[in-house]
Amino acid sequence: MTAAATVSGIGRPRLGKALPGAVWALLLLTPAFVSLASVSFYPIINGLYLSFTNTSLITQENEFSGFSNYVQLWGDAQFWNAWWHTMWFTTASTILETVIGLGMALILCEAFKGRGLVRAAMLVPWAMPTVVTSKMFGWLFDGQNGIINYILLHAGLIDQNVNWYGSPDTAMTTIIIADVWKTTPFMALLLLTGLQTVPNSLIEAARMDGAKGWITFWYIRLPLLMPTLLIAGLFRALDAFRVFDLVYVLTGGGPADSTETLSTLSYKVLFSTLQFGYGSAVSTAMFVTEGIIALAFCLYLIRQIRRAQ
Amino acid sequence: MNDTRSPLQTIVIYLGALLILVWSGGPFLWQFSTSFQLDKALTSGSPSLIPAPLTLEHYYNAFVEKQLHRYVWNSLVVSLATTFLCLFVGSLAAFALSRLNVKGRFGILMVILSVSMFPQIALVGPLYLVATNLGLLDTYTALIITYLALGLPLVTWVLFGYFETLPREIDEAARMDGVSIPGLLWHIILPMSLPSLVTTGLLAFITAWNEFLFALAFTSNIDRQTIPVGIANFTNLYYVPWGDIAAASAVVTVPLIVLVLFFQRHIVEGLTQGGIKE
Repeated sequence: MTAAATVSGIGRPRLGKALPGAVWALLLLTPAFVSLASVSFYPIINGLYLSFTNTSLITQENEFSGFSNYVQLWGDAQFWNAWWHTMWFTTASTILETVIGLGMALILCEAFKGRGLVRAAMLVPWAMPTVVTSKMFGWLFDGQNGIINYILLHAGLIDQNVNWYGSPDTAMTTIIIADVWKTTPFMALLLLTGLQTVPNSLIEAARMDGAKGWITFWYIRLPLLMPTLLIAGLFRALDAFRVFDLVYVLTGGGPADSTETLSTLSYKVLFSTLQFGYGSAVSTAMFVTEGIIALAFCLYLIRQIRRAQ
Repeated sequence: MNDTRSPLQTIVIYLGALLILVWSGGPFLWQFSTSFQLDKALTSGSPSLIPAPLTLEHYYNAFVEKQLHRYVWNSLVVSLATTFLCLFVGSLAAFALSRLNVKGRFGILMVILSVSMFPQIALVGPLYLVATNLGLLDTYTALIITYLALGLPLVTWVLFGYFETLPREIDEAARMDGVSIPGLLWHIILPMSLPSLVTTGLLAFITAWNEFLFALAFTSNIDRQTIPVGIANFTNLYYVPWGDIAAASAVVTVPLIVLVLFFQRHIVEGLTQGGIKE
């Protein structure tokens, strides 16, 4: 790689016996490169190759089969079903998390008693293993004895127990709620650090001129926060797009495939049917979709930043 | 700024704060309370946050019947090994990028960061084949090697950011005194970076402790399975043992929460540096 291409200043002649800096740089970067190359880059390329073969661990075949996997994928209703679910999940959870996160950040921006405690509590959902979150929501939203049903029933918001993740109508919503619960507080903490870089003098000046709270928010804080908001949104969207643990543990993609996402579908094709060729085509299609999302976001971000200047 | 606030605004702020607190802490508090309640009480139709009578039955089930401690041990081995490897490899790379005037270092950093955006499901198939061929299925090694690569981007990025804040005059002085390049890292930079090492170490630990997909694919028995796989498989034949699950959740989550609360300030600082600031 280019890592060791040029190094200057460090390899002084006085230390003639020691290795020159360029060699050191290469040496120190090698372990990281080897690790990432073998565990991230190699599998991506190998997966791309596998997607053009009929590799199966059952029939023990692994011959080149051209685009046949992709042709099959194009006509595969299950794939498109999972694709739409994933897009819906990504869009809904990213928007909710960004908007609610912004609301939380605006509150945390103010000084109040017990702010440290609230901020600390917000790390709890983030630190918890996703599998635990998934099981926890399984219990909270349980169709029979779940506390959520109990509360809603007693508040008069529903007249009978809702079978949250056991019914195709509400299962995806339950998963979105669980994801929003887990990731919003952290999103808020990220946005808070962004908000705190907005100079107070600007807001004070606007207040002096008689601007109301929401005007200072809309015309000063929000535009200045935009880059942070978009980048945080991008990271969140890419992460939401890969959702696996939450779905796999809570519903396993069911009921009636109503929560099947691209990750759970790939996993099933790979490890239940052991069709590594076709499974790789699914995951490659997913990688491509994710790349397009990232690209679209980046282009939008660049335009926003240009316009702000 | 307090004096400019109307009573209404104050109420909104405190109400909002209370909502955030309930949002963040409520569900786990309920889970924690569940772990101490009898199955009878849980299905009685009138839930109560205070367990009465209090029972340790679910903890007994989790450890004795489901052998939770074996999963905990596997997770500890894998996560600790991952943490140390991540810190070692990550600090070498971050040091080289920060101090050795590597050309195109921001390009390299961007590539390293973008790796963490790859969908893991696209990696798991090919890696499974490699692990099979090398006889690494059902080993700690396969998990540790994988988790190293998963944690490395963030660790490198955050450490790089921290190293950049250390004044370069120190290196100059050390170099004048004839300190070698590895000596500079080991004797000078690393001791000054302890707070950052603790934070990044914790992040790497959490990544490995919570990881599910690769553990699910690479391990098939309790000798090597980690906690997330163990808890995902916590089911009884005829009903879902919510109490046992709650007990296991508490056991694996409470230590993590304590650690995170202890280091909270550093975590948010570290992650913002890694994820958001340009």
